[in-house]
Amino acid sequence: MIAEAGLAALWLAAALALLQLVLVVFGLAGRKEELLGAVRPVAVSQGLLTLLAFLSLILLFLRSDMSVMLVVTNSHSMKPWLYKFAGTWGNHEGSMLLWVTVMGAAGSAVALFERALGRSTHMATLGAQAAISLGFYAFLLFSSNPFARIDPPAADGEGLNPLLQDPGLAFHPPTLYLGYVGLSVAFSFALGALLTRQVDAAFARAMRPWVLAAWVMLTLGITAGSYWAYYELGWGGWWFWDPVENASLMPWLAATALLHSVTVLATRDALRAWTVMLAVIAFSMSMVGTFLVRSGILTSVHAFAVDPERGTFILALLAIYIGGAFALFGWRIGAVREGAPFELVSRETMLVVNNLLLSVILGLVLIGTLYPLLTEAFGHKVSVGAPYFDRMAGPLALVLMIAMAAGPLTRWRRDRFRAVAGRLLIPAAVAFVALALVVALAWGRIGILPLAGLVIAAAAAVGSVAPLWKRNLRRTPLFTWGMVIAHLGCAVSLGGMASDSAFTVEKLAAARPGDTIEMAGWTLRFTRIMPIAGDNWTALQADMTASRDGGGAVELHPQSRFFASPPTTTTEAALLTRWNGQLYVVLGQETGDGRWQVRVWWKPFVTFIWLGGIMIALGGALALVGRERRGWLMKWRARAAA
Amino acid sequence: MKAKHQRLILALAALAALIGAGLLAASALKDEAAYFYAPADVKAKGVEPGKAIRLGGMVVKGSLRRAADGVTIHFDVTDGKARVPATFSGIAPDLFREGSGVVAEGAFDTKGTFVATNLLAKHDERYMPRELEGMQYDEKTHQMKAGQ
Repeated sequence: MIAEAGLAALWLAAALALLQLVLVVFGLAGRKEELLGAVRPVAVSQGLLTLLAFLSLILLFLRSDMSVMLVVTNSHSMKPWLYKFAGTWGNHEGSMLLWVTVMGAAGSAVALFERALGRSTHMATLGAQAAISLGFYAFLLFSSNPFARIDPPAADGEGLNPLLQDPGLAFHPPTLYLGYVGLSVAFSFALGALLTRQVDAAFARAMRPWVLAAWVMLTLGITAGSYWAYYELGWGGWWFWDPVENASLMPWLAATALLHSVTVLATRDALRAWTVMLAVIAFSMSMVGTFLVRSGILTSVHAFAVDPERGTFILALLAIYIGGAFALFGWRIGAVREGAPFELVSRETMLVVNNLLLSVILGLVLIGTLYPLLTEAFGHKVSVGAPYFDRMAGPLALVLMIAMAAGPLTRWRRDRFRAVAGRLLIPAAVAFVALALVVALAWGRIGILPLAGLVIAAAAAVGSVAPLWKRNLRRTPLFTWGMVIAHLGCAVSLGGMASDSAFTVEKLAAARPGDTIEMAGWTLRFTRIMPIAGDNWTALQADMTASRDGGGAVELHPQSRFFASPPTTTTEAALLTRWNGQLYVVLGQETGDGRWQVRVWWKPFVTFIWLGGIMIALGGALALVGRERRGWLMKWRARAAA
Repeated sequence: MKAKHQRLILALAALAALIGAGLLAASALKDEAAYFYAPADVKAKGVEPGKAIRLGGMVVKGSLRRAADGVTIHFDVTDGKARVPATFSGIAPDLFREGSGVVAEGAFDTKGTFVATNLLAKHDERYMPRELEGMQYDEKTHQMKAGQ
């Protein structure tokens, strides 16, 4: 019953999306207010129905209903409940249902809470949102039905990919999707504004909170995914330039550019066409990412199903939406009037530089990600990995960090070059001190990119907090704090990345119980190895103690886990976190003579990478609350005055 | 600055940046893209030492040896037509074993041994290096053949 109810809710939601689109088209074309009046309730109902469908699927997974195909192929009755729950979206169909659920929720939110946008643009936006949703409903219903039954029911399920059996599965996909799909709102806003020809500062102010919210979620999702991959995969790396990671990075780069250009549009009414274009690109990148991940064209832990039909379906959706959006852009952008001009030395110019750099990095990542697919079409198997991306994106990201420090210290509209240079004196001095320190301490042992990273991180950190200089901190608006914290987060994260690649010490050894391993001041004592059992796995666990420079010993338990369904072994690294870094211990295989392979890393300040990510998201959240609160306060005052 | 000029300058800057990026990417891809080789390709075309590639095939039965240090392994990779010796220091994936498929990332040394920096093995039924899809190893003849 539950499966049928879920499927019915999904069909109803799709029908409502169609109705929503039709209402908007005829309402706007014929100026029929009675049609437009129904749009918002329809959008909210559509969102509720998708939520109902999603909850049905969660219930099916929680109850281990083995008459449902998806549960059989992806779950197991012996799994802990958290993984039954999170396993709902740990597969192709479930994750696409999560996608449309977020899309429906975003549409409902725009219908319920958007007040700043002009009436007709608001309606056109909801129409665009319905049009995008329709394609994804069709995808779910016609090629990825999550509620399909199996007859007779299976005795038990095949289990979830053990790599996914981690608390990370409960957090990473939902936050990432909130960001990914949240960008559809910006896309719909852009289409709506193009249709009604109302691209101006007021439009940008209305769009900004939605962009910010999606961007915050995307940032959190990427940060969580990076940390999860870091501790789960047992390679000691935190970013692999896997095409699937790039698929989340590309929308983030576009959204970051959009976030800054929308601010220029909101504050100074400049960069109109460019902002609309970025809004289109950002969600297009989300869709390209979905195509890459969900079409089975790539091999990855994220690519659940290899089914050419699905790939073709998503590719067709991509072509329709992205092609359609750009066609609309080309057709209508001539009608968008020129924005306000600005001087060469101004914050606007700095933000243009930010946008150009982010776009170029985005382009380079896109080329590197798609290139293997292109060459494979011509019969060559090629992989583009870290060397390409590091060499391309690394230096540009460093230049971007310098621009990031300088931007907020430049005035809107017009500034003097010497004045800006003067404000950058202190960050520049910090850079010199950092350079001298790093060169004195580590010259010869450190690559040029990590060295530049450390120096620029130090300068950018100081430059980021410089906008607070000589300000009354109590009266500094919340969104300024948000910007400062987010920028500081970038510097912190960069520092962590540079420190990890510059100073990580690694040791690979074969040891038997009783041995000690010495590395980078750490003493690792291998006490014993023994089998243990978990809910649906068994493991070999090594008991070790770690102490540094004669300090107190801490216990560590790296494991090698065996899962029966599906039969898989995973590595559970043991992590020991200190304020200045992390000790990362992996247990390998037995060597045949009673010894065990042990791989140990000491990674100075590696945690700063994710700490910075959280700061960036926090900064975005503060900016969002700050802007909105100001809006509420002004409204309240206006009402009080009246 | 006139508004018209400004739009032009912005457009030109964007164009220049994009062309620059394209050229950079093209040159870097030429250097950095790692090509996929089967042992037969290696024998036929030759791969210069130090060039990063991916080598894919099956681990030859009876070729896997563990060095005395406990962390280095030596093995041969075959595609049924040719054999290439390879070595790897580190923790090999659990499903890396004789007779199973492997994709090794790394480069050849001057003696013609492939020094792998990373091994990708078949992880479970649903996750397998793309290059190995459909390949099977014949236990009796030690030959590779295309699968179903």
